[in-house]
Amino acid sequence: MNRTFILADFFGESATKTTAELATAAARIGEVTAVVLAPIGKGAAMAATVKVGPITTVIVVESADFAKHGVPAMADALSQLVTTHAPVAVLIASYAMGKEISARVAVATNSGIITDAQDVAADRSSTQLVFGGSTTVHSAVNTPTAIITVRPKSVEASTIAVAPVVEKAAITIADSAKGATITTSQPPVKGGRPELTEANIVVSGGRGTDGNFAPVEAFADELGAAVGASRAATDAGWYPHSHQVGQTGRTVSPQLYVACGISGAIQHRAGMQTSKTIVVVNKDPEAPLFEIADFGVIGDLFAVLPQATQGVHSRKS
Amino acid sequence: MKIAVCVKQVPDSWAEKKMGADGFLDRENVDAVLNDLDEYAIEEALRIVEANGGNEEDGIHCITIISMGPTRATEAIRKALSMGANDAILVSDPALAGSDALATSLILSEVIKKGGFDLVICGTESTDARMSVVPAMIAARLQWPQLTFAGKVEIDVSANKVAITRVTEAGVDAMSAAMPAVISVVEKINEPRYPSFKGIMAAKKKTIETHDLSSVGVSAQSPWSRVVDSALRPPRAAGIKVTDEGSGGDALVTFLAEKKLI
Ligand SMILES: Cc1cc2nc3c(=O)[nH]c(=O)nc-3n(C[C@H](O)[C@H](O)[C@H](O)COP(=O)(O)OP(=O)(O)OC[C@H]3O[C@@H](n4cnc5c(N)ncnc54)[C@H](O)[C@@H]3O)c2cc1C
Ligand SMILES: Nc1ncnc2c1ncn2[C@@H]1O[C@H](COP(=O)(O)O)[C@@H](O)[C@H]1O
Repeated sequence: MNRTFILADFFGESATKTTAELATAAARIGEVTAVVLAPIGKGAAMAATVKVGPITTVIVVESADFAKHGVPAMADALSQLVTTHAPVAVLIASYAMGKEISARVAVATNSGIITDAQDVAADRSSTQLVFGGSTTVHSAVNTPTAIITVRPKSVEASTIAVAPVVEKAAITIADSAKGATITTSQPPVKGGRPELTEANIVVSGGRGTDGNFAPVEAFADELGAAVGASRAATDAGWYPHSHQVGQTGRTVSPQLYVACGISGAIQHRAGMQTSKTIVVVNKDPEAPLFEIADFGVIGDLFAVLPQATQGVHSRKS
Repeated sequence: MKIAVCVKQVPDSWAEKKMGADGFLDRENVDAVLNDLDEYAIEEALRIVEANGGNEEDGIHCITIISMGPTRATEAIRKALSMGANDAILVSDPALAGSDALATSLILSEVIKKGGFDLVICGTESTDARMSVVPAMIAARLQWPQLTFAGKVEIDVSANKVAITRVTEAGVDAMSAAMPAVISVVEKINEPRYPSFKGIMAAKKKTIETHDLSSVGVSAQSPWSRVVDSALRPPRAAGIKVTDEGSGGDALVTFLAEKKLI
């Protein structure tokens, strides 16, 4: 049977739902081995959290170099495993870091790479949405191993519980992967709200909030949603950069995206237009985002959002 | 100090992009522009050079634009030169049409190897391919330190060191390395300058060296990946639009309830 690799995705020391999504897609191609890249002494505990999704084996590599040298060190470890085990596909989460690890593994193993797959088929071909979601593309890789980065939340994760065999691999990271050193590391600030890319609902605010995100946050909290922002809002310092949605921010694809006081520049659309349902609240009837809205309210967000928040609240009770 | 800035000519972000019958992006029928995310890389290179004594004609501080693309990519390169870069290298060859990121990074790194650069600066992403992989691939091929997604760059010429803060969804890291190194910069890092009239005139006289595959010393690569097919997705059906006259919020809630979203 074909063997596939996934690079297990973690939040802190716990495997995320993305790990299960990657495993689900990889299992269509072959038996799944999850690779866990861990700090020294944490491997066993982290591997123990890889227990959802069709995973048969976990390979744990422990090294202090992952935190110290980042992407090149992680890519070197994974490349060495790919060279030894020759999986037919390696699936990695499509974040900045995952894409860069994929890029380096592709170079090191001379393997074709596909990024931002929305879906992966049994024959390793991948579905991508390009040109701002207007076009669907199927791509294939011509090499023995295919490196594929998969968009979180685009594959329905299997929920089967498994107890994979855990192996440890001893790997020495090459000096060429240690050229840059990470001196300090600051993880993103986490509020009480769901993570942007994992949330089922995202409520975003733009320049129209004029710096007051309170109505946006109140509506988000009533819906159990994550909060996003346009670049105009993050540039003004109204909301942290890590919440920016768009081409140079995060790409989100929730069940529901509510854009408040956002005009709909192409760079903003690039990060949200694959959302299943799009709602727009804007006082300018000509705002371009209305063109892709399933439901649009022409109005002042400071009036519309509080009423909607109240409305959702009273439906719950 | 010698800096290479990698720039790509891309279809205008606002243009409607389509796939051609050959499975490649139809580049003929859309306006082509300098990838706007690469303007931040050019600007950062200019700022580094200006902070270290300025552009000198004898080439001590020198910015070379490097691009791979069709011959008309010279238009985008001229823009980069008019911002203040000194000269440029364009690799153009019919055999490169439809190159994937592995081929692009191979060509770019071969050119960089021969140039004696201390620093390579890229944008974080080309707005057409949107892969965000070429800078990491170049670093891997050259075996140079990789300092990507920089929100801030600090150069210490005398110590031969570069330090950045890496800004991604995984948080903010401070990183440093000895040069030569490959960096990419995010769009928050600076505000790219507009080319001045003087800059535009000066750019006309600057050299754009063009190479084909044989002069780069690379043989044609069979692609590692390919597009099998593509299809336009149906456009989003026109939605409902209501004007708030006091009950816009309630109408929104009704819509969400009908859609079973609440
Ligand atoms: C290289 C580059 C990368 C970029 N990357 C991104 C990115 O990743 N993400 C991103 O978002 N942008 C990005 N941009 C910026 C983008 O081009 C737009 O400038 C930005 O999205 C505009 O934000 P906005 O819609 O909040 O502001 P505006 O365009 O100013 O729109 C504000 C809207 O709010 C409405 N409004 C005002 N007051 C109210 C009110 N009280 N109630 C309701 N509506 C109101 C107005 O009618 C208007 O439509 C990028 C730009 C460049 C050049
Ligand atoms: N054909 C090219 N020529 C020169 N530089 C490129 C080319 N393609 C990509 N780059 C550089 O690599 C960065 C990331 O591109 P990409 O990986 O295609 O998203 C761009 O911002 C450019 O700096």
